[in-house]
Amino acid sequence: MAESAPGRRVLEVDALTLQFGGLRALDDVSFHINEGEILGLIGPNGAGKTTCFNAVTGVYRPTGGDIRFNGESIVGRKRFQITQMGIARTFQNIRLFRSMTALENVMVGADANHKTGMLSALFRLPRHRVEEQQGHDRAMELLRFMGIHRHADELAANLSYGDQRRLEIARAMATDPKLICLDEPAAGFNPAEKVQLMELIRKVRDQGYTVLLIEHDMRLVMGVTDRIVVLEFGRKIAEGLPDEIRDNPAVIAAYLGVDEEDAS
Amino acid sequence: MTNKSSAGFRQRIIALPKPAKIALWVALAVLAYALPLLEPPLISTPGTDFGGVLFTVTVYCMVALGLNIVVGYAGLLDLGYVGFYAIGAYTAAILTSFHASWPLLLAIPVAVAVTMVSGVLLGAPTLRVRGDYLAIVTLGFGEIIRLTAVNIEWLGAAKGISAIQRPPSIELFEIPHLFWDGAVPLVDPDDTTTFLEFGVLDQIPYYWLGLTVVIVLLFADRLIKDSRVGRAWEATREDEDAAELMGVPTFRFKLLAFSTGAFIGGLAGALYASRQSFINPMSFLLLFSILFLAAVVVGGQGNRWGVIVGAIVVAYLPERFREFSEFRVLVFGLALMLLSSFRPEGLLPPRRTVRAKQLEHEIEALEEGQLEEEEAARG
Repeated sequence: MAESAPGRRVLEVDALTLQFGGLRALDDVSFHINEGEILGLIGPNGAGKTTCFNAVTGVYRPTGGDIRFNGESIVGRKRFQITQMGIARTFQNIRLFRSMTALENVMVGADANHKTGMLSALFRLPRHRVEEQQGHDRAMELLRFMGIHRHADELAANLSYGDQRRLEIARAMATDPKLICLDEPAAGFNPAEKVQLMELIRKVRDQGYTVLLIEHDMRLVMGVTDRIVVLEFGRKIAEGLPDEIRDNPAVIAAYLGVDEEDAS
Repeated sequence: MTNKSSAGFRQRIIALPKPAKIALWVALAVLAYALPLLEPPLISTPGTDFGGVLFTVTVYCMVALGLNIVVGYAGLLDLGYVGFYAIGAYTAAILTSFHASWPLLLAIPVAVAVTMVSGVLLGAPTLRVRGDYLAIVTLGFGEIIRLTAVNIEWLGAAKGISAIQRPPSIELFEIPHLFWDGAVPLVDPDDTTTFLEFGVLDQIPYYWLGLTVVIVLLFADRLIKDSRVGRAWEATREDEDAAELMGVPTFRFKLLAFSTGAFIGGLAGALYASRQSFINPMSFLLLFSILFLAAVVVGGQGNRWGVIVGAIVVAYLPERFREFSEFRVLVFGLALMLLSSFRPEGLLPPRRTVRAKQLEHEIEALEEGQLEEEEAARG
C-alpha cells in the first residue's frame, strides 16, 4: 500500500487561496502529487474539491498562492495552454461534445498537440495527413483501452451513461497529459461498475499517467489511491496514506458531522 | 415515408463504386453549367432573365456557405453578415471605378483581403461575448457599414457607385440556347451566348463564374471540415468551456471562423457588384442579413448541401413565382413557420443530426412502450 516512492513532484499546490467576494472557497491549501501516484482529493459536499480542480486546470485564477506543474507556475496561463502543458481533466457532470461521434470527441483531445491549421487542411499538406493519421490511431487505441471502440462512430449523446464517463476519460487521455484529473468519475455508478472503474484507474496509472481523483465514495477512494488529501470548508484538514486517513478523528468528524471546532 | 425513401436513395448512392460516384457528380455539374442554355420549361423563370436569376442563386449559395461556417460550424450567431458582403462590394467598386481603375481581377483579391481584415477587426473584440450578445453586436455592425456608406461622400453616399468593372471577356465561340416547343426541345440558332463575354445583356457567363466559385468553395469547405479545424469549430459550438479545457484555443478558432466567413462574404459581394455594375447602400439592407441567415437555417445549418438548398429556396423560388410577388413575404413567412414546426433542423439537416434524432425517437418510443406495459401490468 505504502508504495508512494518519493518520486518527482508533478504538481505542487502552494498555499492556494481562492476568494469569491466574501466567500473563501479555498484557504491556504497546500499539497503535492508525486509522479506516477494516484492522489485522492476527498471531503464533504462544498469542501472545495472541484474549486481546487478548477484552479489547477486554469478555470479559476487563484487569489493567492501558487500552483506549479513540473516546477513551472501555471497561474495566469490560458486553459488550453495548461492542457497543452500536460494537465487534462474530466467533468463532474459529463461535458462531451454531444453531437460529435465518440471518435471525434477523442480526436479533439488528440488535436491538443497538433498544429494543423487552415492552410495545411485546405491543401492536404503532409502535416495534416500525418497528424490526422496519428490522431485517429491514438483515438482508436484509447477507445479500445476504455472498451468502447465498438461505439466509435456513435454520437456521444447516444452512448450509455457509463460509456459517456469512459469516453470523457479517453478524451482527457488523448491530450497526452502527464497529470490526469478525474472529477467524481464514479458518480452515478453502481457498486459493480465502481469496482470496474477502480481497475480502470489503476490501469491508467500503470500506463504512466499521474492521477488526481476527486471522489465521494470512501471505499473507492481507500481502495485505489496511494495518498489522500482531505478538504473541509476550503481547508486541508488531513493528508496521508489511506489507512491513516481512515482513522483520523478530524476526517471522521468531518464526514459524520460531529461538531467541529474550526469555525469558518 | 419520404424520409425512408430518401435514406434508401442515399444508401444506394453511397454503395456505388467510386468511379460511378465521380461520374454522377460530373454529370450533375455539367447539368448545372448547362442549365441556363437548356432553359427547361418549368424551371426557367418567365419574365425575368433566367441566367441573371441563376447568378443571384449562386451568390446566395456562396453567402450561405460562408455564413454556414460561422453559424453552422462554429455556432456564432451572426446577424450582420451583409456587412461583409457590402465591404467586399464597396472595395471592388472603389478600386475599379470610383477612385481608381484597377482591373477587376486585381481588385477582387484586395476586396477579399479587406473584408477578411474587417472580420478580424470586428471579431477580436466581439467574439469574447457569447450567444445573444454576439447577435446584437453583429446586427449593429451590419447597420453601421450601411449607414457609413450612406453618409460618406467618399463612398458615393446615397447615390452609390456606378460603372463598376466587369471581368475581362475572352470571346471564343457562340453557344446556342434551346427553346421548347411544348415538350420538344429545339435549337435556337438566333439566341446564343458568347463564351465568355461578361456583358450587360447576357448574364449566363456570370452564372458560370459564380457556379465555378461555388464548386471550389464546396471542395474547400469539405477539406476544412474534415480536419482539426472543423473539429475545433464543432467542439467550440458544442461546449466552449470543455473545448478550451481539451486544448482547443477556442478564441483563435472562432476568429478563424469569422474571418473565413468574411472572406467568402466579401468575395460574393465583389462578384455581385461587378455583375450589377452599380451599387448603392440600398443593396445592403438589414433584410439581406436576415435572408442570408434564413438560407442557412431553412436549408439546415451545419450541412453544406443543406445550405445550398436553403440558398436556392430563398433566392430562386421568389423569382420563379413572380406572379405571386405581392404575397412573397407572406408565403415566405408561412413557409418558415411550417418549417420550424415540421422540420426544425432545416430541410436537409447534417447527417449526424438526422441520426441523433432518429435514435432519440427510438428511445422515446421504447420508453413509452415500457410505460404502457407497466400501466397494463398495473391495470
